[in-house]
Amino acid sequence: MNEQDKNIGGGNTEHVVEVRDLTKRFGTFTAVNSISFEVYKGEVFGLLGANGAGKTTLIRMLSGLLRPTEGVARVAGYDVVHHPERVKFSIGYMSQKFSLYEDLTVAENIRFFGGIYGMKKKDLAKAGEAMIHKLGMEEVEDRLIATLPLGWKQRIAFSIAILHRPGLVFLDEPTSGVDPVTRRQFWEMILETAREGFTIIVTTHYMDEAEYCDRIAIMSRGDIAGLDSPENLQSQFSVSSMEDLFWKITREHKTTDAIPGL
Amino acid sequence: MIRIVDVTKSFGENKALSGVSLDIFDGELFVLIGPDGAGKSTLFRILVTLLLPDKGHVLIKGLDVVKDFWKIRTIMGYMPGTFSLYPDLTVEENLAFYARIFGTSLQKNYPLIRDVYEQIEPFKKRAAGKLSGGMKQKLALSCALIHRPEVLVLDEPTTGVDAASRKEFWQMLKNIQQEGITVIVSTAYMDEASRGDRACFLHKGKLLKAGTPEEIRESYPYPLYACRSKDNFALLKVLRNEPSTASAMLYGKTIHYSPARKNFSVGTFLSDLEKTGKYGSIEYRKTTPSVEDSFAFLSKQ
Repeated sequence: MNEQDKNIGGGNTEHVVEVRDLTKRFGTFTAVNSISFEVYKGEVFGLLGANGAGKTTLIRMLSGLLRPTEGVARVAGYDVVHHPERVKFSIGYMSQKFSLYEDLTVAENIRFFGGIYGMKKKDLAKAGEAMIHKLGMEEVEDRLIATLPLGWKQRIAFSIAILHRPGLVFLDEPTSGVDPVTRRQFWEMILETAREGFTIIVTTHYMDEAEYCDRIAIMSRGDIAGLDSPENLQSQFSVSSMEDLFWKITREHKTTDAIPGL
Repeated sequence: MIRIVDVTKSFGENKALSGVSLDIFDGELFVLIGPDGAGKSTLFRILVTLLLPDKGHVLIKGLDVVKDFWKIRTIMGYMPGTFSLYPDLTVEENLAFYARIFGTSLQKNYPLIRDVYEQIEPFKKRAAGKLSGGMKQKLALSCALIHRPEVLVLDEPTTGVDAASRKEFWQMLKNIQQEGITVIVSTAYMDEASRGDRACFLHKGKLLKAGTPEEIRESYPYPLYACRSKDNFALLKVLRNEPSTASAMLYGKTIHYSPARKNFSVGTFLSDLEKTGKYGSIEYRKTTPSVEDSFAFLSKQ
Protein backbone atom coordinates (compact mmCIF):
# COMPACT_ATOMS: atom_id res chain seq x y z
CA MET A 1 0.00 0.00 0.00
CA ASN A 2 1.36 3.43 -0.83
CA GLU A 3 1.39 6.34 1.60
CA GLN A 4 -1.36 8.30 -0.11
CA ASP A 5 -3.86 5.55 0.63
CA LYS A 6 -3.26 5.77 4.35
CA ASN A 7 -5.55 8.72 4.94
CA ILE A 8 -7.74 8.22 7.96
CA GLY A 9 -11.48 7.69 7.85
CA GLY A 10 -13.52 7.54 4.69
CA GLY A 11 -11.80 6.27 1.59
CA ASN A 12 -9.21 4.26 3.49
CA THR A 13 -8.48 0.94 1.86
CA GLU A 14 -6.28 -0.66 4.52
CA HIS A 15 -8.08 -3.65 6.06
CA VAL A 16 -7.95 -4.05 9.83
CA VAL A 17 -10.38 -6.95 9.74
CA GLU A 18 -10.58 -9.49 6.92
CA VAL A 19 -13.15 -12.24 7.15
CA ARG A 20 -13.54 -14.99 4.53
CA ASP A 21 -16.27 -17.65 4.64
CA LEU A 22 -16.20 -17.63 8.42
CA THR A 23 -18.42 -20.28 10.00
CA LYS A 24 -19.12 -21.38 13.53
CA ARG A 25 -21.24 -24.38 14.33
CA PHE A 26 -22.27 -25.56 17.80
CA GLY A 27 -23.33 -29.16 17.24
CA THR A 28 -25.97 -29.01 14.53
CA PHE A 29 -26.65 -25.31 15.09
CA THR A 30 -24.90 -22.87 12.73
CA ALA A 31 -24.38 -19.65 14.67
CA VAL A 32 -22.33 -17.92 11.97
CA ASN A 33 -22.85 -19.09 8.42
CA SER A 34 -19.97 -18.55 5.99
CA ILE A 35 -19.75 -14.77 6.20
CA SER A 36 -17.21 -12.53 4.48
CA PHE A 37 -16.48 -8.85 5.02
CA GLU A 38 -13.74 -6.30 5.65
CA VAL A 39 -13.40 -3.41 8.07
CA TYR A 40 -11.23 -0.48 7.01
CA LYS A 41 -8.72 1.38 9.15
CA GLY A 42 -10.28 4.37 10.90
CA GLU A 43 -13.79 3.11 10.29
CA VAL A 44 -16.69 3.07 12.75
CA PHE A 45 -18.35 -0.21 11.86
CA GLY A 46 -21.75 -1.01 13.36
CA LEU A 47 -22.71 -4.61 13.99
CA LEU A 48 -26.46 -4.97 14.36
CA GLY A 49 -28.82 -7.90 14.54
CA ALA A 50 -31.60 -9.53 16.49
CA ASN A 51 -30.77 -11.34 19.73
CA GLY A 52 -29.33 -14.69 18.71
CA ALA A 53 -28.37 -13.58 15.19
CA GLY A 54 -24.71 -14.46 15.75
CA LYS A 55 -23.15 -11.10 16.75
CA THR A 56 -21.62 -12.33 19.99
CA THR A 57 -20.25 -15.49 18.35
CA LEU A 58 -18.68 -13.36 15.61
CA ILE A 59 -17.11 -10.95 18.11
CA ARG A 60 -15.74 -13.83 20.16
CA MET A 61 -14.12 -15.32 17.05
CA LEU A 62 -12.65 -11.96 16.03
CA SER A 63 -11.26 -11.55 19.56
CA GLY A 64 -9.38 -14.86 19.43
CA LEU A 65 -11.63 -16.30 22.16
CA LEU A 66 -13.49 -18.82 20.02
CA ARG A 67 -12.07 -20.98 17.27
CA PRO A 68 -14.00 -20.84 14.00
CA THR A 69 -15.32 -24.11 12.54
CA GLU A 70 -14.37 -23.01 9.03
CA GLY A 71 -13.06 -20.00 7.20
CA VAL A 72 -10.43 -17.38 7.83
CA ALA A 73 -10.36 -14.21 9.90
CA ARG A 74 -7.45 -11.80 10.20
CA VAL A 75 -7.57 -9.07 12.82
CA ALA A 76 -4.94 -6.33 12.89
CA GLY A 77 -2.78 -8.53 10.64
CA TYR A 78 -3.03 -11.70 12.74
CA ASP A 79 -4.88 -14.88 11.93
CA VAL A 80 -7.38 -15.65 14.71
CA VAL A 81 -6.76 -19.41 14.48
CA HIS A 82 -2.98 -19.40 14.36
CA HIS A 83 -2.25 -16.39 16.56
CA PRO A 84 -5.19 -15.93 18.95
CA GLU A 85 -2.88 -14.54 21.68
CA ARG A 86 -1.49 -11.86 19.36
CA VAL A 87 -5.03 -10.99 18.36
CA LYS A 88 -6.01 -10.57 22.01
CA PHE A 89 -3.15 -8.10 22.55
CA SER A 90 -4.14 -6.18 19.42
CA ILE A 91 -7.70 -5.43 20.38
CA GLY A 92 -9.48 -3.35 22.99
CA TYR A 93 -12.88 -4.20 24.46
CA MET A 94 -15.46 -2.22 26.33
CA SER A 95 -19.04 -2.88 27.32
CA GLN A 96 -21.43 -1.05 29.58
CA LYS A 97 -21.80 -4.06 31.83
CA PHE A 98 -18.26 -5.30 32.11
CA SER A 99 -15.54 -2.74 32.13
CA LEU A 100 -13.95 -1.22 35.21
CA TYR A 101 -13.27 -2.44 38.74
CA GLU A 102 -15.57 -0.39 40.96
CA ASP A 103 -13.47 -0.82 44.12
CA LEU A 104 -10.23 0.29 42.48
CA THR A 105 -9.34 3.93 41.84
CA VAL A 106 -9.13 5.44 38.37
CA ALA A 107 -5.32 5.23 38.43
CA GLU A 108 -5.40 1.63 39.68
CA ASN A 109 -7.76 0.61 36.90
CA ILE A 110 -5.41 2.17 34.38
CA ARG A 111 -2.41 0.29 35.81
CA PHE A 112 -4.36 -2.96 36.03
CA PHE A 113 -5.66 -3.00 32.48
CA GLY A 114 -2.46 -1.58 31.01
CA GLY A 115 -0.63 -4.43 32.74
CA ILE A 116 -3.08 -7.03 31.41
CA TYR A 117 -2.45 -5.74 27.90
CA GLY A 118 1.28 -6.15 28.44
CA MET A 119 2.24 -2.46 28.39
CA LYS A 120 5.74 -1.62 29.63
CA LYS A 121 5.79 0.23 32.94
CA LYS A 122 7.26 3.38 31.44
CA ASP A 123 4.88 3.45 28.47
CA LEU A 124 1.94 2.77 30.75
CA ALA A 125 2.80 5.62 33.12
CA LYS A 126 3.15 7.99 30.20
CA ALA A 127 -0.03 6.84 28.43
CA GLY A 128 -2.00 6.89 31.69
CA GLU A 129 -0.92 10.43 32.45
CA ALA A 130 -1.81 11.58 28.94
CA MET A 131 -5.19 9.90 29.22
CA ILE A 132 -6.06 11.56 32.55
CA HIS A 133 -4.99 14.89 31.15
CA LYS A 134 -7.04 14.47 27.99
CA LEU A 135 -10.12 13.59 30.03
CA GLY A 136 -9.47 16.51 32.38
CA MET A 137 -9.75 14.11 35.32
CA GLU A 138 -6.61 15.04 37.30
CA GLU A 139 -8.80 15.73 40.34
CA VAL A 140 -10.41 12.30 40.45
CA GLU A 141 -7.41 10.12 39.63
CA ASP A 142 -7.33 8.67 43.16
CA ARG A 143 -11.04 8.25 43.61
CA LEU A 144 -12.79 4.88 43.52
CA ILE A 145 -14.62 4.17 40.28
CA ALA A 146 -17.76 3.39 42.34
CA THR A 147 -17.99 7.05 43.41
CA LEU A 148 -18.02 8.48 39.86
CA PRO A 149 -21.05 9.27 37.70
CA LEU A 150 -21.92 6.76 34.97
CA GLY A 151 -20.93 9.13 32.16
CA TRP A 152 -17.42 9.52 33.60
CA LYS A 153 -16.99 5.80 34.08
CA GLN A 154 -17.96 5.31 30.47
CA ARG A 155 -15.35 7.78 29.23
CA ILE A 156 -12.70 6.21 31.45
CA ALA A 157 -13.61 2.67 30.34
CA PHE A 158 -13.35 3.65 26.69
CA SER A 159 -10.04 5.48 27.21
CA ILE A 160 -8.62 2.43 28.99
CA ALA A 161 -9.78 0.16 26.16
CA ILE A 162 -7.62 2.17 23.73
CA LEU A 163 -4.71 2.86 26.10
CA HIS A 164 -2.47 0.21 24.51
CA ARG A 165 -3.34 1.67 21.09
CA PRO A 166 -5.04 -1.47 19.79
CA GLY A 167 -5.57 -1.96 16.07
CA LEU A 168 -9.24 -2.68 16.69
CA VAL A 169 -11.66 -1.71 19.47
CA PHE A 170 -14.89 -3.56 20.23
CA LEU A 171 -17.64 -1.55 21.88
CA ASP A 172 -20.39 -3.88 23.01
CA GLU A 173 -23.60 -1.92 23.70
CA PRO A 174 -21.47 0.84 25.19
CA THR A 175 -24.33 3.27 25.81
CA SER A 176 -27.03 1.09 27.33
CA GLY A 177 -28.73 2.78 30.28
CA VAL A 178 -27.10 6.22 30.06
CA ASP A 179 -28.88 9.55 29.85
CA PRO A 180 -29.35 11.31 26.49
CA VAL A 181 -26.64 13.96 26.96
CA THR A 182 -24.06 11.43 28.08
CA ARG A 183 -24.96 9.18 25.16
CA ARG A 184 -24.38 11.90 22.57
CA GLN A 185 -21.18 13.03 24.26
CA PHE A 186 -19.96 9.46 24.21
CA TRP A 187 -20.62 9.13 20.49
CA GLU A 188 -18.67 12.33 19.97
CA MET A 189 -15.77 10.67 21.76
CA ILE A 190 -16.07 7.50 19.64
CA LEU A 191 -16.04 9.47 16.39
CA GLU A 192 -13.15 11.65 17.52
CA THR A 193 -11.16 8.55 18.41
CA ALA A 194 -11.85 7.04 14.98
CA ARG A 195 -10.50 10.23 13.43
CA GLU A 196 -7.22 9.60 15.24
CA GLY A 197 -6.95 6.36 13.25
CA PHE A 198 -8.54 3.84 15.60
CA THR A 199 -10.85 1.27 14.05
CA ILE A 200 -14.03 0.59 15.95
CA ILE A 201 -16.64 -2.16 15.81
CA VAL A 202 -19.71 -1.27 17.82
CA THR A 203 -22.91 -3.15 18.68
CA THR A 204 -26.05 -1.35 19.76
CA HIS A 205 -29.78 -1.78 20.16
CA TYR A 206 -30.34 1.93 19.53
CA MET A 207 -31.25 2.28 15.88
CA ASP A 208 -30.45 6.01 15.86
CA GLU A 209 -26.88 5.16 16.88
CA ALA A 210 -26.41 3.15 13.71
CA GLU A 211 -26.51 6.50 11.89
CA TYR A 212 -23.19 7.50 13.48
CA CYS A 213 -21.46 4.54 11.83
CA ASP A 214 -19.59 4.75 8.51
CA ARG A 215 -20.94 1.34 7.58
CA ILE A 216 -23.14 -1.19 9.29
CA ALA A 217 -23.59 -4.93 8.94
CA ILE A 218 -26.96 -6.34 9.90
CA MET A 219 -26.83 -9.99 10.91
CA SER A 220 -29.76 -12.32 10.62
CA ARG A 221 -29.63 -16.04 11.48
CA GLY A 222 -25.89 -16.25 11.14
CA ASP A 223 -25.75 -14.39 7.82
CA ILE A 224 -24.86 -10.82 7.00
CA ALA A 225 -28.14 -9.77 5.43
CA GLY A 226 -27.04 -6.22 4.62
CA LEU A 227 -23.74 -4.34 4.65
CA ASP A 228 -23.25 -0.75 3.55
CA SER A 229 -23.52 2.82 4.82
CA PRO A 230 -26.78 3.53 6.69
CA GLU A 231 -27.99 5.73 3.80
CA ASN A 232 -27.20 3.18 1.09
CA LEU A 233 -28.82 0.34 3.02
CA GLN A 234 -31.99 2.36 3.47
CA SER A 235 -32.24 3.02 -0.25
CA GLN A 236 -31.24 -0.55 -1.12
CA PHE A 237 -34.11 -1.92 1.00
CA SER A 238 -36.51 0.92 0.08
CA VAL A 239 -37.10 2.13 3.63
CA SER A 240 -36.81 5.59 5.15
CA SER A 241 -35.59 4.86 8.68
CA MET A 242 -33.10 2.62 10.43
CA GLU A 243 -35.90 1.12 12.46
CA ASP A 244 -37.80 0.06 9.32
CA LEU A 245 -34.58 -1.24 7.82
CA PHE A 246 -33.86 -3.36 10.88
CA TRP A 247 -37.41 -4.68 10.93
CA LYS A 248 -37.33 -5.56 7.25
CA ILE A 249 -34.01 -7.35 7.49
CA THR A 250 -34.52 -9.23 10.75
CA ARG A 251 -38.17 -10.16 10.28
CA GLU A 252 -38.41 -10.66 6.53
CA HIS A 253 -34.94 -11.94 5.70
CA LYS A 254 -34.71 -15.47 4.34
CA THR A 255 -31.38 -17.17 3.97
CA THR A 256 -30.34 -17.26 0.33
CA ASP A 257 -30.50 -21.04 0.07
CA ALA A 258 -34.17 -20.90 1.05
CA ILE A 259 -35.01 -18.83 -2.00
CA PRO A 260 -35.48 -21.05 -5.05
CA GLY A 261 -33.45 -20.02 -8.07
CA LEU A 262 -30.69 -18.25 -6.12
CA MET B 1 -56.13 6.71 38.87
CA ILE B 2 -52.70 6.43 40.39
CA ARG B 3 -51.73 9.53 42.32
CA ILE B 4 -48.11 9.93 43.37
CA VAL B 5 -47.63 12.95 45.66
CA ASP B 6 -44.26 14.36 46.68
CA VAL B 7 -42.61 10.97 47.14
CA THR B 8 -39.10 10.98 48.57
CA LYS B 9 -36.92 7.96 49.29
CA SER B 10 -33.30 7.76 50.42
CA PHE B 11 -30.94 4.85 50.91
CA GLY B 12 -28.41 6.17 53.41
CA GLU B 13 -26.74 9.16 51.81
CA ASN B 14 -28.15 8.37 48.41
CA LYS B 15 -31.38 10.18 47.59
CA ALA B 16 -33.10 7.83 45.14
CA LEU B 17 -36.28 9.90 44.75
CA SER B 18 -36.83 13.54 45.67
CA GLY B 19 -40.31 15.03 45.66
CA VAL B 20 -41.78 13.03 42.79
CA SER B 21 -45.41 13.89 41.97
CA LEU B 22 -47.27 12.27 39.10
CA ASP B 23 -50.78 11.21 38.06
CA ILE B 24 -51.30 8.14 35.88
CA PHE B 25 -54.78 7.66 34.47
CA ASP B 26 -56.85 4.49 34.33
CA GLY B 27 -56.39 2.51 31.15
CA GLU B 28 -53.27 4.41 30.16
CA LEU B 29 -50.09 2.96 28.66
CA PHE B 30 -47.55 5.05 30.57
CA VAL B 31 -43.79 5.09 29.99
CA LEU B 32 -41.27 5.97 32.70
CA ILE B 33 -38.01 6.92 31.00
CA GLY B 34 -34.72 7.37 32.76
CA PRO B 35 -31.08 6.30 32.71
CA ASP B 36 -29.69 3.68 35.12
CA GLY B 37 -29.77 5.00 38.67
CA ALA B 38 -32.50 7.57 37.98
CA GLY B 39 -34.84 6.01 40.56
CA LYS B 40 -37.20 4.09 38.24
CA SER B 41 -37.09 0.78 40.14
CA THR B 42 -37.39 2.55 43.50
CA LEU B 43 -40.55 4.33 42.37
CA PHE B 44 -42.00 1.07 41.03
CA ARG B 45 -41.22 -0.81 44.22
CA ILE B 46 -43.08 1.86 46.18
CA LEU B 47 -46.05 1.52 43.79
CA VAL B 48 -46.24 -2.25 44.24
CA THR B 49 -45.93 -1.92 48.06
CA LEU B 50 -42.52 -3.56 48.37
CA LEU B 51 -40.87 -0.40 49.67
CA LEU B 52 -42.11 2.39 51.96
CA PRO B 53 -41.63 6.02 50.94
CA ASP B 54 -39.78 8.24 53.45
CA LYS B 55 -42.12 11.10 52.66
CA GLY B 56 -45.18 11.70 50.49
CA HIS B 57 -47.90 9.25 49.59
CA VAL B 58 -49.25 7.14 46.75
CA LEU B 59 -52.89 6.27 46.09
CA ILE B 60 -53.76 3.49 43.65
CA LYS B 61 -57.45 3.58 42.73
CA GLY B 62 -58.06 5.30 46.06
CA LEU B 63 -56.02 2.75 48.02
CA ASP B 64 -52.99 3.87 50.02
CA VAL B 65 -49.78 1.93 49.30
CA VAL B 66 -48.82 1.92 52.99
CA LYS B 67 -52.15 1.25 54.71
CA ASP B 68 -53.95 -0.82 52.10
CA PHE B 69 -51.04 -2.87 50.79
CA TRP B 70 -52.87 -6.25 51.00
CA LYS B 71 -55.69 -4.98 48.80
CA ILE B 72 -53.28 -3.30 46.40
CA ARG B 73 -51.30 -6.50 45.92
CA THR B 74 -54.41 -8.24 44.57
CA ILE B 75 -54.98 -5.60 41.88
CA MET B 76 -51.37 -5.11 40.80
CA GLY B 77 -49.24 -7.19 38.45
CA TYR B 78 -45.48 -6.65 38.70
CA MET B 79 -42.71 -7.80 36.42
CA PRO B 80 -39.40 -6.86 38.04
CA GLY B 81 -36.19 -6.24 36.07
CA THR B 82 -34.77 -9.60 37.04
CA PHE B 83 -37.65 -11.94 36.36
CA SER B 84 -38.98 -13.61 39.50
CA LEU B 85 -39.35 -17.03 37.94
CA TYR B 86 -38.42 -20.30 39.60
CA PRO B 87 -35.70 -21.65 37.32
CA ASP B 88 -36.16 -25.27 38.40
CA LEU B 89 -39.92 -25.25 37.87
CA THR B 90 -41.25 -25.81 34.38
CA VAL B 91 -43.07 -23.17 32.39
CA GLU B 92 -46.49 -24.49 33.34
CA GLU B 93 -45.49 -25.06 36.97
CA ASN B 94 -44.40 -21.42 37.26
CA LEU B 95 -47.75 -20.28 35.90
CA ALA B 96 -49.69 -22.66 38.15
CA PHE B 97 -47.71 -21.40 41.14
CA TYR B 98 -48.51 -17.72 40.48
CA ALA B 99 -52.15 -18.59 39.76
CA ARG B 100 -52.47 -20.42 43.11
CA ILE B 101 -50.85 -17.55 45.03
CA PHE B 102 -53.53 -15.23 43.71
CA GLY B 103 -56.32 -17.77 44.21
CA THR B 104 -57.04 -18.19 40.53
CA SER B 105 -56.29 -20.72 37.81
CA LEU B 106 -54.72 -20.75 34.38
CA GLN B 107 -58.10 -21.69 32.83
CA LYS B 108 -59.93 -18.76 34.40
CA ASN B 109 -57.81 -16.00 32.88
CA TYR B 110 -56.47 -17.87 29.89
CA PRO B 111 -58.04 -15.52 27.30
CA LEU B 112 -56.02 -12.62 28.75
CA ILE B 113 -52.64 -14.31 28.52
CA ARG B 114 -53.33 -16.42 25.42
CA ASP B 115 -51.48 -14.19 22.93
CA VAL B 116 -48.35 -14.17 25.07
CA TYR B 117 -48.55 -17.70 26.41
CA GLU B 118 -49.15 -19.37 23.07
CA GLN B 119 -45.65 -18.36 22.00
CA ILE B 120 -44.09 -20.37 24.84
CA GLU B 121 -46.65 -23.15 25.17
CA PRO B 122 -44.64 -25.60 23.02
CA PHE B 123 -42.00 -25.43 25.78
CA LYS B 124 -44.37 -25.79 28.73
CA LYS B 125 -42.55 -28.86 30.08
CA ARG B 126 -39.18 -27.08 29.99
CA ALA B 127 -37.58 -25.69 33.17
CA ALA B 128 -37.82 -21.89 33.22
CA GLY B 129 -34.07 -21.67 33.80
CA LYS B 130 -33.47 -23.33 30.42
CA LEU B 131 -35.47 -20.81 28.39
CA SER B 132 -33.97 -18.14 26.11
CA GLY B 133 -34.18 -14.51 27.24
CA GLY B 134 -37.14 -13.78 25.01
CA MET B 135 -39.09 -16.79 26.24
CA LYS B 136 -38.34 -15.98 29.89
CA GLN B 137 -39.69 -12.51 29.28
CA LYS B 138 -42.94 -13.92 27.90
CA LEU B 139 -43.32 -16.35 30.77
CA ALA B 140 -42.69 -13.59 33.32
CA LEU B 141 -45.30 -11.45 31.60
CA SER B 142 -47.80 -14.33 31.66
CA CYS B 143 -47.15 -14.82 35.40
CA ALA B 144 -47.64 -11.11 36.09
CA LEU B 145 -50.98 -11.22 34.26
CA ILE B 146 -52.35 -14.50 35.58
CA HIS B 147 -54.62 -12.87 38.20
CA ARG B 148 -55.97 -10.28 35.72
CA PRO B 149 -54.52 -7.24 37.54
CA GLU B 150 -56.04 -3.78 37.11
CA VAL B 151 -52.59 -2.25 36.96
CA LEU B 152 -49.54 -3.89 35.37
CA VAL B 153 -46.08 -2.57 36.28
CA LEU B 154 -43.09 -3.66 34.18
CA ASP B 155 -39.56 -2.70 35.19
CA GLU B 156 -37.29 -2.41 32.13
CA PRO B 157 -38.77 -5.35 30.24
CA THR B 158 -36.91 -4.46 27.03
CA THR B 159 -33.36 -3.84 28.30
CA GLY B 160 -30.85 -5.66 26.09
CA VAL B 161 -33.58 -6.66 23.64
CA ASP B 162 -33.09 -5.95 19.92
CA ALA B 163 -35.13 -3.25 18.18
CA ALA B 164 -37.46 -5.61 16.29
CA SER B 165 -38.28 -7.70 19.36
CA ARG B 166 -38.84 -4.51 21.34
CA LYS B 167 -41.36 -3.36 18.78
CA GLU B 168 -43.21 -6.67 19.09
CA PHE B 169 -43.14 -6.47 22.86
CA TRP B 170 -44.75 -3.02 22.81
CA GLN B 171 -47.47 -4.42 20.58
CA MET B 172 -48.17 -7.06 23.24
CA LEU B 173 -48.42 -4.30 25.84
CA LYS B 174 -50.90 -2.40 23.66
CA ASN B 175 -53.03 -5.56 23.42
CA ILE B 176 -52.98 -5.85 27.23
CA GLN B 177 -53.99 -2.19 27.50
CA GLN B 178 -56.96 -2.98 25.21
CA GLU B 179 -58.19 -5.32 27.94
CA GLY B 180 -58.71 -2.28 30.17
CA ILE B 181 -55.52 -2.74 32.17
CA THR B 182 -53.41 0.28 33.13
CA VAL B 183 -49.87 -0.49 31.97
CA ILE B 184 -46.83 1.28 33.42
CA VAL B 185 -43.45 0.50 31.84
CA SER B 186 -39.97 1.77 32.60
CA THR B 187 -37.18 1.90 30.05
CA ALA B 188 -33.80 3.48 29.42
CA TYR B 189 -34.42 3.53 25.64
CA MET B 190 -35.45 7.05 24.64
CA ASP B 191 -36.98 5.78 21.41
CA GLU B 192 -39.64 3.98 23.46
CA ALA B 193 -41.04 7.24 24.88
CA SER B 194 -43.33 7.55 21.87
CA ARG B 195 -44.71 4.02 22.19
CA GLY B 196 -47.09 4.87 25.04
CA ASP B 197 -49.90 7.39 25.54
CA ARG B 198 -47.79 9.51 27.85
CA ALA B 199 -44.25 9.42 29.16
CA CYS B 200 -42.27 11.04 31.92
CA PHE B 201 -38.55 11.52 32.34
CA LEU B 202 -36.86 10.70 35.62
CA HIS B 203 -33.33 12.03 36.15
CA LYS B 204 -31.30 11.75 39.35
CA GLY B 205 -34.43 11.04 41.39
CA LYS B 206 -36.37 14.01 40.06
CA LEU B 207 -39.25 14.00 37.63
CA LEU B 208 -38.36 16.46 34.88
CA LYS B 209 -41.35 16.31 32.57
CA ALA B 210 -44.51 14.30 31.94
CA GLY B 211 -46.76 14.50 28.91
CA THR B 212 -47.75 13.02 25.59
CA PRO B 213 -44.87 12.52 23.13
CA GLU B 214 -46.10 15.62 21.25
CA GLU B 215 -46.16 17.71 24.43
CA ILE B 216 -42.65 16.60 25.29
CA ARG B 217 -41.35 17.43 21.80
CA GLU B 218 -43.09 20.81 21.84
CA SER B 219 -41.54 21.66 25.20
CA TYR B 220 -38.15 22.09 23.49
CA PRO B 221 -37.71 25.84 23.89
CA TYR B 222 -35.57 26.73 20.85
CA PRO B 223 -35.79 26.42 17.09
CA LEU B 224 -33.85 23.30 16.03
CA TYR B 225 -31.76 22.81 12.90
CA ALA B 226 -30.07 19.75 11.46
CA CYS B 227 -26.76 20.90 9.94
CA ARG B 228 -24.27 18.92 7.94
CA SER B 229 -20.87 19.72 6.48
CA LYS B 230 -17.81 17.90 5.19
CA ASP B 231 -16.19 18.32 8.59
CA ASN B 232 -18.91 18.04 11.22
CA PHE B 233 -16.37 18.06 14.04
CA ALA B 234 -14.91 21.40 13.09
CA LEU B 235 -18.40 22.78 12.57
CA LEU B 236 -19.56 21.41 15.91
CA LYS B 237 -16.66 23.10 17.74
CA VAL B 238 -17.29 26.47 16.17
CA LEU B 239 -21.06 26.28 16.76
CA ARG B 240 -20.51 25.37 20.36
CA ASN B 241 -18.14 28.26 21.01
CA GLU B 242 -20.53 30.78 19.51
CA PRO B 243 -22.15 32.89 22.28
CA SER B 244 -25.44 32.90 20.35
CA THR B 245 -25.67 29.09 20.52
CA ALA B 246 -28.03 27.43 22.99
CA SER B 247 -27.09 23.87 22.06
CA ALA B 248 -25.05 21.97 19.48
CA MET B 249 -24.72 18.19 19.58
CA LEU B 250 -23.91 15.46 17.11
CA TYR B 251 -26.97 13.54 15.97
CA GLY B 252 -26.08 10.77 13.56
CA LYS B 253 -24.61 12.28 10.41
CA THR B 254 -25.92 15.74 11.34
CA ILE B 255 -25.48 18.30 14.09
CA HIS B 256 -28.58 19.31 16.02
CA TYR B 257 -28.08 23.00 16.52
CA SER B 258 -30.21 25.58 18.35
CA PRO B 259 -29.54 29.30 18.46
CA ALA B 260 -30.66 30.85 21.74
CA ARG B 261 -32.59 33.74 20.17
CA LYS B 262 -35.79 33.07 18.22
CA ASN B 263 -35.20 35.83 15.61
CA PHE B 264 -31.58 34.76 14.98
CA SER B 265 -30.78 34.52 11.26
CA VAL B 266 -29.36 31.03 10.94
CA GLY B 267 -29.02 31.37 7.16
CA THR B 268 -26.75 34.42 7.38
CA PHE B 269 -24.76 32.95 10.25
CA LEU B 270 -24.08 29.65 8.48
CA SER B 271 -23.32 31.22 5.11
CA ASP B 272 -20.78 33.49 6.86
CA LEU B 273 -19.20 30.36 8.30
CA GLU B 274 -19.24 28.77 4.86
CA LYS B 275 -17.37 31.78 3.42
CA THR B 276 -14.43 31.10 5.75
CA GLY B 277 -13.88 27.98 3.61
CA LYS B 278 -13.03 25.81 6.63
CA TYR B 279 -16.08 23.58 6.57
CA GLY B 280 -16.94 23.15 2.90
CA SER B 281 -20.56 23.71 2.06
CA ILE B 282 -22.93 23.65 5.03
CA GLU B 283 -26.36 22.16 4.50
CA TYR B 284 -29.06 22.90 7.04
CA ARG B 285 -32.78 22.45 7.51
CA LYS B 286 -35.23 23.16 10.26
CA THR B 287 -36.20 19.99 12.07
CA THR B 288 -38.68 18.81 14.70
CA PRO B 289 -37.13 18.10 18.10
CA SER B 290 -37.23 14.45 19.12
CA VAL B 291 -38.33 13.37 22.58
CA GLU B 292 -34.65 12.83 23.24
CA ASP B 293 -33.78 16.40 22.24
CA SER B 294 -36.28 17.62 24.83
CA PHE B 295 -35.03 15.29 27.54
CA ALA B 296 -31.42 16.14 26.76
CA PHE B 297 -32.28 19.81 27.14
CA LEU B 298 -34.15 19.23 30.43
CA SER B 299 -31.38 17.12 31.94
CA LYS B 300 -28.83 19.87 31.27
CA GLN B 301 -30.86 22.42 33.23
